[in-house]
Amino acid sequence: MNWELIVRYLPYLLEGAVLTVQLTVMGVAFGSVLGVILGLARVSPFRFLRWLAIGYIDFFRGTPLLVQIFLIHMGLPQLGIDLGSAINSAIIALTLNSGAYIGEIFRAGIQSIDRGQMEAARSLGMSYLQSMRHIILPQAFKRVIPPLGNEFITLLKDSSLVSVISAEELMMKANVMQGTTYRPFEAYLTAAAIYLILTLTISQLVAYAERRLKTGDSH
Amino acid sequence: MIRINNLYKNFGSLEVLKDVNCHVQEKEVVVVIGPSGSGKSTMLRCINKLEDATGGEIVVDNIPLNSEANINAIRQEVGMVFQRFNLFPHMKALDNITLAPMKVRGMSKDEAVVIARDLLNKVGLADKADAYPDQLSGGQQQRVAIARALAMRPKVMLFDEPTSALDPEMVGEVLGVMKDLAKEGMTMVVVTHEMGFAREVGDRVIFMDEGRIIEEGTPEEIFNNPKNERLKGFLSKVL
Repeated sequence: MNWELIVRYLPYLLEGAVLTVQLTVMGVAFGSVLGVILGLARVSPFRFLRWLAIGYIDFFRGTPLLVQIFLIHMGLPQLGIDLGSAINSAIIALTLNSGAYIGEIFRAGIQSIDRGQMEAARSLGMSYLQSMRHIILPQAFKRVIPPLGNEFITLLKDSSLVSVISAEELMMKANVMQGTTYRPFEAYLTAAAIYLILTLTISQLVAYAERRLKTGDSH
Repeated sequence: MIRINNLYKNFGSLEVLKDVNCHVQEKEVVVVIGPSGSGKSTMLRCINKLEDATGGEIVVDNIPLNSEANINAIRQEVGMVFQRFNLFPHMKALDNITLAPMKVRGMSKDEAVVIARDLLNKVGLADKADAYPDQLSGGQQQRVAIARALAMRPKVMLFDEPTSALDPEMVGEVLGVMKDLAKEGMTMVVVTHEMGFAREVGDRVIFMDEGRIIEEGTPEEIFNNPKNERLKGFLSKVL
């Protein structure tokens, strides 16, 4: 184990870690927007919308993220759609993928709210969408925070896959370090340690948020 | 005020309502009694379309219940109180009451708050405006729920077993609020197991069994001089 090598390359790897975090945050943020839409479509009274959402979710959960990354980064340009950079492709792939998982999280969250809530809202004359917006979604948002935290952790780890299209995140930087130093053990062990610190930090934050919500439950 | 003609309701192959006919006049308090599973709640829930009728006709305040626009119009005229309160747990009592008048009637916040405070006062909970539902007892929650329904200025109030989920010592406070409402001339349809309330407050009592209206009449007729054997059997169990 060459510690001196690790120390020398640490700033370089941390640069990649910053991009890793950025990609993940954007993936989860945009994925959440997409996920809310998919979740609403999944429970909507319109069969067409439900089918559309189910089709989308099945595709993105049923195919490997790696394949999706290649499809977006290399497949789309062939069709004349230029995304500009590997980072753009990475963000889009992570968003589309996490959107499918988050859509299912929101569907479950919406369906976990007691039926009486929707009935009470509708009986007061509120429309379906008003009831969703003011009554169901605010309660569902609280319940989905723990599974959303898990999705965040999963996506952070999965974002290492975008190294295959040379987006210079943590995994890519570890590959470069390995290639220049011929010390794969040091390179990947350091990357693993950084990933671990990141995921543990996120799970602590989620646990904290959960505790905060529990003390103020239902408010 | 409410006309129900030839109402049928099936859940799959189960017939829950069979040819129910029932008219409710303005300012009338109709109490619906009967054994569990007799279709009382289902009939009530058909009136504001929380259940889709399989057949028949419902007209509320001269609005036929037959289109999406009419359903929302009727729901604004018809307040409903549920067995399990169904208050919105993420909102304070006051906000529970002001939400629908603001969103549906387009009332300003100030206006809605004045009305809400007035109603809280009326149900004896003026000091609970800022409490969340889980900080209130069952009886208090149900009184807030009644205030919430009243805030829409409904012409009819439907009560679906409003005291069945309450501890016995809280039943009185809720029935008291309902009694006051009846005295003020509110048109009410009340599904309940509280025979004392039916006798005292009801203008008319309807007895349902197995999805049909078996007998109806004044409380006097129903409780003191029941004709149908099933009604007699039911009363002997609950009185």
